[in-house]
Amino acid sequence: MDETAAIRFDDLTLGYGRRPAVHHLTGAIATGSLIAVVGPNGAGKSTLLKGIVGTLQPLAGRIERARGLGDRLAYLPQAADLDRSFPLAVYDLVAMGLWSRSGLFGGIGRRERHRIEEAIAAVGLSGFERRTISTLSGGQMQRALFARLLLQDAGIILLDEPFTAIDAKTTADLLDLVRRWHDEARTVVAVLHDLDVVKRVFPQALLIAREPVAWGETGKVLDAANLLKARRMIEAHDPHADSCGRTAA
Amino acid sequence: MLDSLVTPFVEFEFMRRALVGVVAIAIGGGPVGVFLMLRRMSLTGDAMAHAILPGAAIGYLIAGLSLPAMTIGGLAAGVIVAILSGLVARFTSLKEDASLAAFYLLSLALGVTIVSLRGSNVDLLHVLFGTVLALDDAALLLIAGIATVTLLALAIVYRPLVLECVDPTFLRSVSRAGTPTHLVFLGLVVLNLVGGFQALGTLLSVGMMMLPAAAARFWSAEITVMIIWATLIGIVSGVAGLLLSFHAELPAGPAIILTAGGIYLVSLVVGPEGGLLWLIRPRRHLEA
Repeated sequence: MDETAAIRFDDLTLGYGRRPAVHHLTGAIATGSLIAVVGPNGAGKSTLLKGIVGTLQPLAGRIERARGLGDRLAYLPQAADLDRSFPLAVYDLVAMGLWSRSGLFGGIGRRERHRIEEAIAAVGLSGFERRTISTLSGGQMQRALFARLLLQDAGIILLDEPFTAIDAKTTADLLDLVRRWHDEARTVVAVLHDLDVVKRVFPQALLIAREPVAWGETGKVLDAANLLKARRMIEAHDPHADSCGRTAA
Repeated sequence: MLDSLVTPFVEFEFMRRALVGVVAIAIGGGPVGVFLMLRRMSLTGDAMAHAILPGAAIGYLIAGLSLPAMTIGGLAAGVIVAILSGLVARFTSLKEDASLAAFYLLSLALGVTIVSLRGSNVDLLHVLFGTVLALDDAALLLIAGIATVTLLALAIVYRPLVLECVDPTFLRSVSRAGTPTHLVFLGLVVLNLVGGFQALGTLLSVGMMMLPAAAARFWSAEITVMIIWATLIGIVSGVAGLLLSFHAELPAGPAIILTAGGIYLVSLVVGPEGGLLWLIRPRRHLEA
């Protein structure tokens, strides 16, 4: 595995039961790249992220992640996974980002408290520290989760539809953080639906529809022919599919 | 007035023992109950309390009203039912609540049958409703030991436990502590139920966990403060319940749970965090 790849897919198939959601994906995400994963609903975008995180084991093939400095991974799943009714303050939610440093027992000292306050300020939530998470709006919640990502200080950051149902101002503020991560040479992989945002901010894109359709420079990936192809591939779903006999190229 | 609050404990040793017992039960059960509630596992606690019965009953069948035998039997049965119902929920189409209900009905019927095989109705009442006024040294040590273990274990797993409740996906992405934490927590639930079982019996022991926790929900919106509330409410219910039973000559276990229930009802009405009173007479909204 060469030095420049943060994540490498080797004939990767991910799925549920025996049915593939990501089918025969091969390629590498270079360290420090800012890449958008796009595709129709059901194309396997979230599945791909789960595979990278490791919560879903590949049905076939492999995912390799760079080992060494800055290989820590931060993952922001779609918001629905979080119990918003839990009696927890915004400050404590953000502080969870320090887990990889403080773990089970590590103290939260003055330096850590300062970092937590900085992160909360960076997402524009100063003054909300003692509010419970149930009182936050959708956009404020997403800001708090981005503050947590900031504290995780990870080399690889995975975002699953981070701007769905988020207003333009909040999206713009959070995109600034994404750009900042990119400037700091972190690897950012984001599942997105808004193609305008992808074209504006993300230099690279991966278009998938269960199988990879196109991967590379955003302008070339998102041309009309590719998008049409992706939609057709999803519509061509076969409920009586046979076992896949394809072998690695 | 003060006299009637203090004298029973000064004059009677069994009251002092009961006092120590209920305070220890409240200290262990309060935090565990809060987590059960926040994890939406309140009924799981109830079901597991019933599940302990046949185990304790088998211990009773073998050794009579013996503390170690009934404790070991209860622990074993609690753990077995927790695991079995988890497996049934995971591998069949039955949801966990339904499988727990099935297990606990079975356990209750089985337990009562086993106790009646050997004992009298008095023994059966002891097993079902406890003997808080007849706690011997061994029982007190067991209850206090369980409270100690509970606090220590919670201190260790507190962060992953909170995280697992709020954001399990996040916990899984940063740590493998999720599953062990869940198992430790289930273990604590069983332990505290077995401890409470000595004093309050299988049917009521879960009351010292769930009622203080449910009441505490109306007094605070932050989990740490909520745990303190639950523990205090548990202690107050225990003490007040004992006094109530002493003066009104009521059975002690039910008096304690009734007191906790009364505090819950009051909290439900006047509690500042979503109590009914504030629905009827909303406070003026803030400027910002």
